Amino acid sequence: MSNTLLHAEYPVEAEDYTCAGEASADIKRKLKQLGVSANVLRRVAVASYEVELNLVIHSDGGVLSLEVTPDRVRLISKDRGPGIPDLDLAMREGWSTASETARSLGFGAGMGLPNMKRNADEFDIKSKVGEGTTIQMGFLLT
Amino acid sequence: MDAKKRFHSVRLNKELCKGCTNCLMHCPTEAIRVRNGRAHILDERCIDCGECIRICDYHAKVAAIDTLEDIKHFKYRIALPAPTLYGQFRNIQDVGVILTALRELGFDDVFEVARGADIVSRAISEKMREPDLPRPMISSACPAVVRLIQVRFPDLIPNIVDIRQPMEVAAEIARAEFCKAHSCEPEDVGIFFITPCPAKMTAIHSPLGQEKSAVDGAISMLEIYGLIRPMLSRIQREEHMHGTSTSYGIGWATSSGEAKSIFQENALNVDGIQNVSRVLEEIENNKLSDLAFFEGNACTGGCVGGPLTFENNYVAKNTIRKLVASTLARNPVTPQQSVPVSMINKYPIRLDVPIEANPAMSLDENISVAMEKMTRMNEIIADLPGYDCGSCGSPTCRAFAEDIVLGYAKEMECIHKLRDKLQSMAEQMVEVAQIRR
Repeated sequence: MSNTLLHAEYPVEAEDYTCAGEASADIKRKLKQLGVSANVLRRVAVASYEVELNLVIHSDGGVLSLEVTPDRVRLISKDRGPGIPDLDLAMREGWSTASETARSLGFGAGMGLPNMKRNADEFDIKSKVGEGTTIQMGFLLT
Repeated sequence: MDAKKRFHSVRLNKELCKGCTNCLMHCPTEAIRVRNGRAHILDERCIDCGECIRICDYHAKVAAIDTLEDIKHFKYRIALPAPTLYGQFRNIQDVGVILTALRELGFDDVFEVARGADIVSRAISEKMREPDLPRPMISSACPAVVRLIQVRFPDLIPNIVDIRQPMEVAAEIARAEFCKAHSCEPEDVGIFFITPCPAKMTAIHSPLGQEKSAVDGAISMLEIYGLIRPMLSRIQREEHMHGTSTSYGIGWATSSGEAKSIFQENALNVDGIQNVSRVLEEIENNKLSDLAFFEGNACTGGCVGGPLTFENNYVAKNTIRKLVASTLARNPVTPQQSVPVSMINKYPIRLDVPIEANPAMSLDENISVAMEKMTRMNEIIADLPGYDCGSCGSPTCRAFAEDIVLGYAKEMECIHKLRDKLQSMAEQMVEVAQIRR
């Protein structure tokens, strides 16, 4: 992106509950320093935390990226697998494939993807079993 | 910017400041910098929580506050003791002893803030019945927490309960009742809050969510403690006033007291400003949306941990616990039973001025400029040692980079960068010296 003014990448490892939440915390801090409005901040906070935790709980690891241009905030999550076999089912509220470990930590309510979609102004998810999942979310600043 | 006009109770005593890094490292909003050998408070960021007063070994951080002398400016004076005051004295069976002592200090009347808390409790119970409230609702009682939200969690402002602090409600009623009973003008009456913290003093001078405070001043609990301590045993033997609040109102002095008073099972109470920050982060992440009510207190243990209290906060908490139990045994009523709904509508109780976000953390008003500054900041951070030692006078390497970008600091103020530079200069000099030999 030629007009990207700010870009940050956060590698997120699978099952790494020690660092879980650090990427979204840094994203929030950056957006507050940029003076992003409270409304957008709140929605990015929820979506970035959900997408980060999704990488920890469900993926084989991946990268969360933040891109800020004067007109929007973009979050991109790219993982290395395993990929989602049925996207329609995954987008349904209450559907979860979270492990016992994740559930015992209070995750896995099946609200992750629907929550992201609800909070973002633009939402796109692409997935291929064996390759991985890419989620792109946009939040309009103007 | 109106930031310059902002009132702050927390101030620095320049003579006593050694320029150490204690306060620097403990400020929850990174509002302190050490420059030229002494601390500076960044006005627009300071939330008057008083953490720095507590941490400073040299007593260089102080609270600007009224004294008992100041009550003399008024024809009539009313004391509003925070329930925390009761926790300063062990073996008190009846709070009336303390109320009588306050009268003897020169107050014409005493109105318990615990009674104000009863009314506020009832109002919050009613508020919580409203449909479609954001979850969790966040208590507005601790002004330091509300200011923390303004500075660091502006997206949570809609969650703040729009009900005034017990001190404000108590002041409204005290003034109205006194003027009625004594046929005097409201402006002849000076109302003084006996405060455990500087945040309340600031809340009187720069009110949150209301145009003007109903309170005229605040007197430090430390001053009052010293004066009434020697009076108590005598008063205990004589006839004295009686408390009018429920045990629940008294319980507001400690963390969880508010949640208990509104009978909200699905509530979480957190004390200590750093702990409150951590939980607010979780609320921001929507992790606690199953929660109905969040009570955050900036001080450990609740108001009993205020920087202007004398008694150890754990001891005071225990004293309050016992006082709550004995008061409840004598008068087993709840705020909901003792305060009629008509009472909560009789005096102003809702916050009627919007609580605004405080953009003190943003790098620039213009987002494009802020982005450029952040990019530069990230380049500077990559080149700093990451020790977060505070020697440069900024609390962390990140804050230092921010200060450089904002023009408040220079890179060579980092002693580690300076040392590296001196080392390479020395090496160059040796090289030069060897060429000549």
